Amino acid sequence: MPLEARNVFFRYHRKSPWVLENRSLTVGRGERLALLAPSGYGKTTLALLLAGYLQPARGEILWDGKPLPAKGVCPVQLIWQHPEKAVNPRWRLRKVLEESGRLTEDRLASFGIERAWLDRFPRELSGGELQRFCVARALLSGAEYLICDEISAMLDAITQAQLWNVVLEEAEKREMGLLVVTHNRRLAERIASRVVDLSEEPAQ
Amino acid sequence: MRGMNRRACALCWAILLAAVLAAVYLLGLLIPDEAVAGSFLHAKEAPSLAHPFGTDALGRDLLMRTLKGLSVSVTVGIAASVISAVIAVFVGIAAATGSKRLDALINWCIDLVMSVPHTVLVILISFALGRGLKGLLIGIAATHWCSLARLIRGEVLQLRAQPYVSVSGRLGKSGGWILLHHLLPHLAPQFFVGLVLLFPHAVLHEASVSFLGFGLPPEQPAIGIILSESMRYLSTGMWWQAVLPGLTLVLIVLLVDRLGNQLQMLLDPYSAQE
Repeated sequence: MPLEARNVFFRYHRKSPWVLENRSLTVGRGERLALLAPSGYGKTTLALLLAGYLQPARGEILWDGKPLPAKGVCPVQLIWQHPEKAVNPRWRLRKVLEESGRLTEDRLASFGIERAWLDRFPRELSGGELQRFCVARALLSGAEYLICDEISAMLDAITQAQLWNVVLEEAEKREMGLLVVTHNRRLAERIASRVVDLSEEPAQ
Repeated sequence: MRGMNRRACALCWAILLAAVLAAVYLLGLLIPDEAVAGSFLHAKEAPSLAHPFGTDALGRDLLMRTLKGLSVSVTVGIAASVISAVIAVFVGIAAATGSKRLDALINWCIDLVMSVPHTVLVILISFALGRGLKGLLIGIAATHWCSLARLIRGEVLQLRAQPYVSVSGRLGKSGGWILLHHLLPHLAPQFFVGLVLLFPHAVLHEASVSFLGFGLPPEQPAIGIILSESMRYLSTGMWWQAVLPGLTLVLIVLLVDRLGNQLQMLLDPYSAQE
């Protein structure tokens, strides 16, 4: 069941120029695809489109040959670049995880989450710790595809490695499709099975 | 209070002020009607130990009358500001989450209500509804929601742009669930602070409209009525009839304003840990 962007056009306002023009991309189940490009090439926009946060002006986003479901849990989950914006600052982290569905506490260790953190507020955790919660939330929702939009850009090398170990392990275990958006070519080559560079690949 | 942090201090203040307010309300209820009955033997007396606020032209004790009047003012103030604040929340959320046309319509209504001086509008509505407590209450409640509604609209628009709200939608949560769990808890501080800051407005409008003769009936002990009666005797040197009841009204209003500021400090996440 591949996730596919087919001849997608997108712009943020009717009068502004196209951010994405006739762009196509396919991620297969179990595949790890890295999306590489300098700033301003529409990496994040493409990620938002594939996860259903935005609708393309022309073209379509297909999951298993059909458009993404408008209601219910989306099978494509996006992990945002800034975890502190992706969790409600007034919620304890237990509630953040419960939002994704069923919270099973014995799985927390595999996400690198300590049980004591569940009763804290987001501002009491560091960025790396918070990002693990965002990863856990996306994984607990039962997603088939995970889109990681520069999820480790603000972390130090050790924390990056820990975070990616968690993501890769889970993705492999559940045979998920992975789309990794990044600036970092080394990271892309290390993680991904295929690398797409938006700046090299001309729009079809 | 030196040993406590600012938060504990604010909490003490808030409780103290709320208690004073409740006491004023109860005191007004408990004072029997005989205490405000007139006696022409004691008419127009200056403040003394027997009558700390003096007496009015009909020989009624002004302290008792002021306390009873304050009780009415507090009731009107609380009822009108609660209704106003609830209207503001509904209107604000509707404007922010509804269609563009609805938003434009609501903004137009807010501009319209805000462009007419409150007092004029309160007088008109109160008069059309047959004056009395009911007319006054509806008049004040229907005119004071505008600025809070605008504030809440802005707040909701800002919240809806937050990633965690859109994430919630992608996790399969419905609009109602998001409203209840994400938006409303964020609006609670605005609601309570707005509510408390509306109270002084409501009380002062009640007093001023009653003073002008469009509000409460003249036999009812209310601050506005007391002040408007005192006007006739002010030129004969009976200052106490206006100054003392007026001062207590200002005191109550300041008290509630202070309560609002303390609440704001307690509920605002940016000062919550001081």
